[in-house]
Amino acid sequence: MIRLEHVSRLYAVGDQVVHALDDVNLVIEPGEYLSVMGPSGSGKSTLLHLLGLLDRPDRGRYLFHGEDTARLDDRHLARLRRRHIGFVFQFFHLVPRLSAAGNVELPMMLDGWPLPRRRARVRRLLEAVGLADRARHRPDQLSGGQRQRVAIARALALDPELVLADEPTGNLDQAAGHEILDLLEAVVAQGRTLVLVTHDPELGHRAPRRLQMRDGRLFESPGGVG
Amino acid sequence: MNLRWRDALRLVGGSLAAQPLRSLLTVLGIALGIATVVLLTSLGEGLRQYVLAQFTQFGTHLIAINPGKAKVHGTSVGIFGSERPLTLEDAAALRRVPGVEAVVPFTYAQADVRFEGRTRTVFVYGVGAQMPAAYRFRVAAGRFLPDAPHGTARPFAVLGSHLRRALFGDRSPLGARIRIAQERYLVIGVMEPKGTFLGFDMDDAVYIPAGRALALFDRESLVEIDVLYRPTLPVDQVVRALRRLLTARHGRDDVTFTTEKDMLEVLGDILDMLTLTVAGLGGISLLVGAVGILTLQSIAVAERTREVGLLRALGAETGTIAALFLGEAALLGTAGGLAGLGLGLGGAYLLGLLIQGLPVHPSGTYAGLALGVALGVGLLAGLYPALRAARLDPVEALRTE
Ligand SMILES: Nc1ncnc2c1ncn2[C@@H]1O[C@H](COP(=O)(O)OP(=O)(O)OP(=O)(O)O)[C@@H](O)[C@H]1O
Ligand SMILES: [Mg+2]
Repeated sequence: MIRLEHVSRLYAVGDQVVHALDDVNLVIEPGEYLSVMGPSGSGKSTLLHLLGLLDRPDRGRYLFHGEDTARLDDRHLARLRRRHIGFVFQFFHLVPRLSAAGNVELPMMLDGWPLPRRRARVRRLLEAVGLADRARHRPDQLSGGQRQRVAIARALALDPELVLADEPTGNLDQAAGHEILDLLEAVVAQGRTLVLVTHDPELGHRAPRRLQMRDGRLFESPGGVG
Repeated sequence: MNLRWRDALRLVGGSLAAQPLRSLLTVLGIALGIATVVLLTSLGEGLRQYVLAQFTQFGTHLIAINPGKAKVHGTSVGIFGSERPLTLEDAAALRRVPGVEAVVPFTYAQADVRFEGRTRTVFVYGVGAQMPAAYRFRVAAGRFLPDAPHGTARPFAVLGSHLRRALFGDRSPLGARIRIAQERYLVIGVMEPKGTFLGFDMDDAVYIPAGRALALFDRESLVEIDVLYRPTLPVDQVVRALRRLLTARHGRDDVTFTTEKDMLEVLGDILDMLTLTVAGLGGISLLVGAVGILTLQSIAVAERTREVGLLRALGAETGTIAALFLGEAALLGTAGGLAGLGLGLGGAYLLGLLIQGLPVHPSGTYAGLALGVALGVGLLAGLYPALRAARLDPVEALRTE
């Protein structure tokens, strides 16, 4: 499904060049569950943004379903992000003035769904993350764990095949973190692909395939394949 | 853009409603500009219609002749003594000019009119027999002054409707003898109500032969001679003929002709000035309003950078981002336009109520134009912030604190 070939992402800081990604090669098959670990600044988020088509490689190729993403324009990329990719962020990124339901509804709005169809889907999604009774709450009226569950419901709104989670438990206590991971792993059980960036080795080791990043370079962890 | 119109409107409205005070102040900025424009154009349009109505009420084929050469076109500034007086003989001669249908010699002064102990100070108009035809001013009872182009006119008087009621009540005034200043006059007719013409009350007045009025007021020259000409004739040709005749009689060209066209030109000048004022005031306040929208939307983009990053991650196209922010600016502008329209029309209505006789006439064209301008100002002012939002790099936007 995903193929990175010699992908580099460079940042110029002053007269120095930072290799946020350095000659990364990666193949991801549908239904895979990967964790990405590594020290701060090693390029994990950069990798995720690239996989999520929010960023473009400076060198190398990114093939999504065999298609070179460098050739896609803004409209194509937006449609792929909308329908094929779901993001979950460390800082939730909920729109503060919208209710939980309103936030979950956003991707469907952007995709032009009619209202009745949206309503039904929002209800089912909030039920799935256990927040049916919090639909009208605004983000500031929800706990951190609840906010992240809203974000997961939103990420799943258009039934994406690829879910990208960037330290989704980074701002939560352990109990809430485990709940969130349970929800995300349920996503994999439904046949979706999950890429999970985390600092927590315990959580990271739950993934059957584990990647390590250091200074922009990507390594498969030994014994990870299984 | 897959986003539906109604959903876009909901998102846009939601963003503005989330900052009610800020949005309100911005809307107010636009509203004041639009209100100013609507109010002043209502006054201008009212003035135009008022003056037009005044002229058409008296027929549009009148030419006014005043003694003296006008310094400013349209308004005659007669300097008595430096030119030959305008006389009844002139008026009589003008009647023979081809194309002339009626000639009214005209002079006036204020005087006391007395009947059986009742006294009223009114305008006394010295006119000619053809006045009803020329001014479209009909006799209600009795008859109008008889024609006396030569020789001395007899002391007949015709009452305006208001004066008649004031002096006689329900009694018939026909045949009564009234006193105007120190002279006695026989009432032979009463006019229908006519209203005012450019400030002259035509109803609280008495009409006497112009020759008598000149003697009564001890004047040598008429104030004006009005000429009604055949509508099918070009006005310039008639004026040329009239001027030739008077130049021959006076030995030189020492009178001023004012046609309806001239008067409307003066009116046009006044309206042009008003329009310029409106444009200036409206332009300044709209500029202030536009700066308000520009500032507000720039702040909004800066504040909601993370949100822009999120929307991009959720699959919004750059065009959708631009449309949403532009929509906010457009909505602010339109709301300002509507509020300004309400304020302006309400203000015009109130002004019309408060100041009696002030002609106020809201113009639908200008109101629609004002609304369009408000929307345009909103769009224009919102364009730069919207484009900036659309050009944000999504990764950096998400990273913003
Ligand atoms: N806009 C940028 N300009 C310059 N350097 C950047 C920029 N974005 C990222 N970098 C650099 O790229 C490298 C990788 O950053 P990235 O955010 O991917 O790290 P990370 O592994 O996600 O770190 P963390 O665990 O702290 O989130 C870092 O060294 C960072 O300083
Ligand atoms: Mg990171």
